[in-house]
Amino acid sequence: MTPLLSVKDLQVTFVTPDRTIHAVNGVSFDVKRGETLGILGESGSGKSVTLRSILKLHPAHRTRWSGSIALEGDEVLTMEGRALANLRGRRVSMIFQEPATAFDPVFTIGQQITESVRRHTGKSEAEAMKRAKDLLEMVRIPSPAQRLAAYPHEMSGGMRQRAMIALALSCDPSLLLADEPTTALDATVQIQVLLLIRELQRELDLGVIFVTHDIGVAVEVSDRVGVMYAGKLVELAGVEQMADAPRHPYSRGLLASTVHDGMRGQRLEAIPGAPPDLGEVPAACSFAPRCKSVEPRCLAAPPPLKPVDDSHFVRCVVAA
Amino acid sequence: MDTFVRLPVDRGGPAQPLLLASGLRKHFPIPGGLLGRATKVVHAVDDLTLSVAKGETLGVVGESGCGKSTVARLLVRLIRPDRGSVVLDGDPVDEPHGITVNELRRQVQMVFQDSYASLNPRLTIVETIAFAPKAHGLPAAEAKARARDLLAKVGLEPATFAERYPHELSGGQRQRVNIARALALRPRLVILDEAVSALDKSVEAQVLNMLIDLKDELALTYVFISHDLNVVQYLSDRVMVMYLGKIVEIGRVDAIYGDPQHPYTRALLSARPSMDPRRRTREAPIQGDPPNPIDPPSGCRFRTRCPFAEEVCARVEPPLADVGRQAVACHMRARGSGHSRASR
Ligand SMILES: Nc1ncnc2c1ncn2[C@@H]1O[C@H](COP(=O)(O)OP(=O)(O)OP(=O)(O)O)[C@@H](O)[C@H]1O
Ligand SMILES: Nc1ncnc2c1ncn2[C@@H]1O[C@H](COP(=O)(O)OP(=O)(O)OP(=O)(O)O)[C@@H](O)[C@H]1O
Ligand code: SF4
Ligand code: SF4
Ligand SMILES: [Mg+2]
Ligand SMILES: [Mg+2]
Repeated sequence: MTPLLSVKDLQVTFVTPDRTIHAVNGVSFDVKRGETLGILGESGSGKSVTLRSILKLHPAHRTRWSGSIALEGDEVLTMEGRALANLRGRRVSMIFQEPATAFDPVFTIGQQITESVRRHTGKSEAEAMKRAKDLLEMVRIPSPAQRLAAYPHEMSGGMRQRAMIALALSCDPSLLLADEPTTALDATVQIQVLLLIRELQRELDLGVIFVTHDIGVAVEVSDRVGVMYAGKLVELAGVEQMADAPRHPYSRGLLASTVHDGMRGQRLEAIPGAPPDLGEVPAACSFAPRCKSVEPRCLAAPPPLKPVDDSHFVRCVVAA
Repeated sequence: MDTFVRLPVDRGGPAQPLLLASGLRKHFPIPGGLLGRATKVVHAVDDLTLSVAKGETLGVVGESGCGKSTVARLLVRLIRPDRGSVVLDGDPVDEPHGITVNELRRQVQMVFQDSYASLNPRLTIVETIAFAPKAHGLPAAEAKARARDLLAKVGLEPATFAERYPHELSGGQRQRVNIARALALRPRLVILDEAVSALDKSVEAQVLNMLIDLKDELALTYVFISHDLNVVQYLSDRVMVMYLGKIVEIGRVDAIYGDPQHPYTRALLSARPSMDPRRRTREAPIQGDPPNPIDPPSGCRFRTRCPFAEEVCARVEPPLADVGRQAVACHMRARGSGHSRASR
């Protein structure tokens, strides 16, 4: 069966007048319908660039890309015109950290969701209004009928985030891209929104890619987790395998340096140094300068992503 | 000789709090309404009393807008309180027989989250760190020597980094510079307001290790503000939990995390994402968002989200009172409060 989404050897390079940035350097993964893939990684590792590539959102004039992104078998990277509009407006939706980017401040939440429903379904005004109310109900916004008349700024942060999810689901997408949608929320609100996304994903049998830098968040929502470093997936595994027995030295380091319950009094095992500059295509393992287990063969060539078993892959010559 | 060159001295002895803040209040009027007159008021911090013991780390947690940064800014007098006083090791601040605000700001330093905005882009980092000591009268050469010394202490090799500009540093390196700068006047208390929040986990761990080392080496006291409950637990001796401008619970870290008494503290702790995929969160501990600090609810400010709220909670504000190992502001824990769960 063809997966919902299949990304193969994706490379994304930005060329600006003063520098070239190799943001994504050969990323491959699949997402099935009804599955949440968490993508975990630190700032600048290429999470957002990978996600935005799926909607072909990068500025055309200074982006070079190669590889393949297939949505239900259709190649995204060569899509244009109506097919691209259909992809963005209908087949794939995205939610962000900042709901302000999704909503226009001068229209009510109801007007914006209704408009989106009408555009995608051709429903009448009244039907679309009804659907908008159902959507707000679906994302558990209390008194949805009244809320339709609210402007984005009249809602609390958590409500706005729910409304953005409603807007994203208004076109019945099969794939939902979530780029740190809960990062800016308060702790007690974040968990509500995470649980909501988890429930909706099941109810609607959505494929979800959930990008985060927070291991706990990835654990709460993901079926599988991919760890990114310097524009590559360095490890890909089921969430339990990843939490119990990560294999890549970077994944292990990330887990060890994340403070959690019961670490008081212990010295933290920090990863020394900082991520590499993305100005050049890596000629060796990108993690080598920070890796405790580095060996000469790590420097000979970039290590390939190799299977540990049929559902666990790692990009490390020593761990594989 | 300028007071600045002296090393800080302990004046009141180990039992006297390093910092004592009593009855601090800060309300921000918001312009609006007819003729631009202030009609509404943000109750950012309300009648808050706290002490910081010498050598401890006091953690401060609470959701966005609960007043953590306002408390910090009141403690270093970056803003004036509407009411209340601050006493530093026995000396009242800005009072006839006390110390000046300038002296307070020498002994109490602050580090903010935004490592980029808080550094002058036109100064090299050694100049940035040497700036305050020079302004306080330390000869330029000595100030520079001290700056290089501090760079080494925060793990930045002076030979490599001293002459760089802020834009030539990573986020973690810039935050180390901010910490070095805060230490340049040899403070006794450092207030860290979300100081590691913008850093990646692997870098955050480096900076946390460094903060622990510096504290021992320089006999510092910390107030550590963060929305990350795990990091606060890791670093703090005592923890203060705030909700809408008030302390709801305060006590030793093991009591707060091991045996939380206030319903809000409990909710906050169980809202932490699980690190174990077999024990994911099933249900959110509380619903809704924190209410607006303009017109906070009457009585207990948490009552609009509290599953145990009763009539008395709307009518009477629960005082912060000792219950065993911590102090908590909840009618359920106050004998004779009239709440059905309170002992009579
Ligand atoms: N449009 C663009 N033009 C040039 N460089 C870009 C562009 N978008 C992203 N980059 C660069 O690509 C790299 C990867 O960025 P990306 O946004 O994917 O990181 P991320 O993993 O999402 O990080 P964060 O956690 O900070 O959001 C970064 O170095 C970034 O500066
Ligand atoms: N100068 C100001 N003028 C008006 N309102 C202010 C001002 N400073 C803070 N506030 C308000 O006071 C309240 C407390 O703000 P504060 O910054 O102390 O919160 P915080 O707990 O530090 O939040 P965060 O976690 O977001 O940093 C907020 O509602 C804020 O909007
Ligand atoms: S390939 Fe070598 S350097 Fe890279 S992560 Fe593995 S052991 Fe470390
Ligand atoms: S005082 Fe009442 S409303 Fe407030 S926390 Fe206690 S039970 Fe809940
Ligand atoms: Mg991003
Ligand atoms: Mg703050």
